[in-house]
Amino acid sequence: MNLLTSTVGRKILMAVTGLCLILFVTVHLIGNLSVFAGPDSINAYAKALHDLGPLVWLFRLAMVALFAVHITFGLQLYLENKAATPDPYAIQKTLVTSFSAKTMIFTGLIILLFLLYHLLHFTVQVTNPSISAVNNLDAIGRPDVYSMMVLSFQKVFISLIYIVAMGALLLHLAHGISSWVQTLGWSTGPSQDKVISIGKILAIVYGVAYIAIPLLILARIVN
Amino acid sequence: MDLTLHVWRQKGPQDIGKLETYKANGVSPDQSFLEMLDEVNDDLIKAGKDPIAFDHDCREGICGMCSQVINGRPHGHQERTTVCQLHMREFNDGDEIFIEPWRARAFPILKDLIVDRTALDVVMQAGGYTSCHTGGVADGNALLIGKPVADYAMDAAECIGCGACVAACPNSSAMLFTSAKVAQLAVLPQGKPEARRRVRAMADAILSEGFGNCTNHYECEAACPKGISVKFIAKLNREYLKSLIPSSMD
Repeated sequence: MNLLTSTVGRKILMAVTGLCLILFVTVHLIGNLSVFAGPDSINAYAKALHDLGPLVWLFRLAMVALFAVHITFGLQLYLENKAATPDPYAIQKTLVTSFSAKTMIFTGLIILLFLLYHLLHFTVQVTNPSISAVNNLDAIGRPDVYSMMVLSFQKVFISLIYIVAMGALLLHLAHGISSWVQTLGWSTGPSQDKVISIGKILAIVYGVAYIAIPLLILARIVN
Repeated sequence: MDLTLHVWRQKGPQDIGKLETYKANGVSPDQSFLEMLDEVNDDLIKAGKDPIAFDHDCREGICGMCSQVINGRPHGHQERTTVCQLHMREFNDGDEIFIEPWRARAFPILKDLIVDRTALDVVMQAGGYTSCHTGGVADGNALLIGKPVADYAMDAAECIGCGACVAACPNSSAMLFTSAKVAQLAVLPQGKPEARRRVRAMADAILSEGFGNCTNHYECEAACPKGISVKFIAKLNREYLKSLIPSSMD
């Protein structure tokens, strides 16, 4: 199928899967921020999600598919672009592109490594079993997600992993958000600069909000 | 003014090139960049040395032949200007200037600053024909084209096919060039009937000719001597999406 081999087709697949992942990151962030509303709030949220039953697994499968497409084509495009580009110029200058655009492959791979750790940490809960939510229930018998988060992020090392990874996410989104608008053909000449600026601002909002969770817990402002 | 030039010298496609240093003394600010190189070459020829090979044709900024990366920027630092229209008044006495050929796997270096840009022609040919009525000369204004459409097509048609977009692209992609051609023909009645086939064929030719993929760096637009906008790349993407919808025309 042309979509899977064409330069534009794969770019569009990167944009569509990227957009879906941005939506996921948005919903996930809103859910996570409920930690600031106290134990009852986030534990209720976590229980409500788990009570969806088979839907959870359907959702997980969809996420795996999205990540698989996004990562496969991302790597493929990176390798092809490397092959198309010979030695650099004696004086290498870029005028308008950004650090985030040039480092998409690296921030992407950092996010992938983090994702694996994150799943082991908070979903499978094998990295720190003593504080895992499935083993420790709250007063009314729900898995105590709140305590798991707070006790995890009080550890400097764990917080640092999350903060660095969310920094990578910020950079990835700083190029990614405006990029899908262009790739799906929605941008017109005059709107271009605004779309790029809005994308960067949104990326900072996502990054700061995500980093705030481990940072505020580490600083003992939330406990 | 007196300048120091670091120029890429390469004997042939298979040879290994390197930067060599030349002095350009007594350069007039009214000379064009190519005229300055002409004088350097005169001196080289008089000294019995091989002159610097570089491409040029019209020397009035419309043919797209002059292809030099000057201090890391295709066509030099002056915006919307080809090398031949870049004048030495843009430089200062004592400047060091690095002059290199376009660098992209799809543009093999033939000699010194000359690259083979046939790959762009292949992308163009992949676009195929535009159908038109044959026979007697058509009546003027028989085919009405709105002013906004004509302007849009003309903006895209400004592309001179020089390849600066490829030279500037971190991925060596020819997407801006391709998009200008696709957009121009997709909006005009003379190109619309083949638009679906054209966008796919030209996009595929980008990869088969060894160019990279576009990842929205927009360096191409900044380097383009004709100011071709990346909005045409968005247009190409729209045209591609449209081509995915099944049609009885295929």
